[in-house]
Amino acid sequence: MSDPIHLISTWFRELLLGWGLAPLLVQIIMYFIGAIVISLVAMGVVVILIWVERKIAGRIQDRLGPNRAGPFGLLQPIADIIKIFTKEMITPNGADKIPFNLAPVISVASVLLIWAVVPFAATVVGADIHVGILYIVAVGTFGIVAILMAGWSSNNKFALLGAARAVAQMVSYEVPMVLALLIPTLLAGSMGVTSIVAAQDVWFVVLAPIAALVFLITSMAEVGRAPFDLLEAESEIVAGFHTEYSGMKFGMFYVGEFLHVFTIGALIATFFLGGWRGPGAETYPILGFVYFYAKAFLGYFIITWVRLSLPRIRIDHMLGFSWKFLTPLILVVLMVTALLVKMMEGANIWIFSIVMLAANILIGWVVVLILKRMELMRPKRQKFEGRPVAVAPKPPASANS
Amino acid sequence: MSGMEIVFLIVALVTLYAALEVVTTNNLVHAALWLIVTLFGVAAIFTLLSAPFLAVVQVMVYIGAIAILMIFAIMLTRGVGKSDQPMVNKNWPVAAVFGFLMFFALALMLIFSGRGNDPMPVITDNGATISALGLALVTPTGYVLPFELASVLLLAALIGAIYVAWRK
Repeated sequence: MSDPIHLISTWFRELLLGWGLAPLLVQIIMYFIGAIVISLVAMGVVVILIWVERKIAGRIQDRLGPNRAGPFGLLQPIADIIKIFTKEMITPNGADKIPFNLAPVISVASVLLIWAVVPFAATVVGADIHVGILYIVAVGTFGIVAILMAGWSSNNKFALLGAARAVAQMVSYEVPMVLALLIPTLLAGSMGVTSIVAAQDVWFVVLAPIAALVFLITSMAEVGRAPFDLLEAESEIVAGFHTEYSGMKFGMFYVGEFLHVFTIGALIATFFLGGWRGPGAETYPILGFVYFYAKAFLGYFIITWVRLSLPRIRIDHMLGFSWKFLTPLILVVLMVTALLVKMMEGANIWIFSIVMLAANILIGWVVVLILKRMELMRPKRQKFEGRPVAVAPKPPASANS
Repeated sequence: MSGMEIVFLIVALVTLYAALEVVTTNNLVHAALWLIVTLFGVAAIFTLLSAPFLAVVQVMVYIGAIAILMIFAIMLTRGVGKSDQPMVNKNWPVAAVFGFLMFFALALMLIFSGRGNDPMPVITDNGATISALGLALVTPTGYVLPFELASVLLLAALIGAIYVAWRK
């Protein structure tokens, strides 16, 4: 009873084989069912996430959040879903119909594709391919294509501007993100996601805290959430690439964004927090689900927390932060990690962990020192002596006499 | 016909049709989007040949970098989306002749190599092949010189790009 998913899948396979179906066909049917179940679970999680996010936002902003529909407002997302389904789906005049309607679908699909390689428990993984990390990066590019399609086909200059910003941001932040993902690859000696999880006797967040932080930051930029939400900055370009979308077509982008954030949480859990691993997870794989989702929610909570705490950054700062800070930093960390992994081959895991952690702390300390020095060297910001706006008017001359 | 062959035929037809659309559509952005379909079809064929590494790299490099940069450049160019531009210029007969020559050369090569009817080799351990590929790029007896030359070329291109962009 400790491994129900595996039990059910074995039983179902036996059942299909018992009906006299060809083994290959049974395999294909099993893959299809697996894909549908993984997608449905991920989409189901989004429904809960919308409620969780609104509750957290409420608490952080000192209000209650949704609390009318059902206990604790739990039925609020259901009501929202019913509402968004009844909305009209508008296709603007002059829009390019096929890309316009295809973009939301690709946007959600690009996120759902990532779930194919994420291991949920010791025995439950969609597809254990040995180039898992590359696969995750590759399918992420479809999200960029979707945004480009949406922005261009809307026939709206704000949408086009939003798409242009989105692509500049995503392409820039992809560089440090891929470099950060190389560090778990180096430490595990494999690009397969299951092997990376299996290699985490010590969580990689201990071995490579800087890489974990860089991955968190860059993936937040990939999603395009505050403080990186320049692609849909309301005060500048209305709503960015999805300005012209309404009804469920907008809903798809919305769901895609929430799902993407949770997926980032899941990826952080998998690459840096040990995935499904935890006490007893090998003997009772069902526990793996609990650990995995708990860690993924932790990642999700951190991203939401940052989103609700920080203001939007300026566009030149956004690009400079990626190219002038994150990329050099992660390159240094990558080189140090590669050297240490090669030099300490066969060393005790605990000694290796301590050395890696110390190296990371040292790099972080030096970075802080350099940043402080640069801050001192920067010319002092000129104080703006503004025109007085609210000064009491001089009393009329007649009042003195 | 086995299931694999049916899948291959469907993927190949879609890829070829998309490639045809790339060169016949009047709209530049549509051409770029069809190009993405073509490149994705090639990635799918790599997967069918049990080469997931090549498939994933195909998607990452060609769709993720090149196609997106192309669409980006097209979108930033004035006057795209208008379909009144002429499709060909006066050099098209020369291009057609060379295109057909290229096609016939490749086809003849495939026909006379006698490998068209070889059964597909069964690859069981893909991890090992990729390790071999990676090692070949860094061993002196392998491909270390071409690899380093390509790296130096890319570095030169990078520095050149910075120099061009530097001048205010």
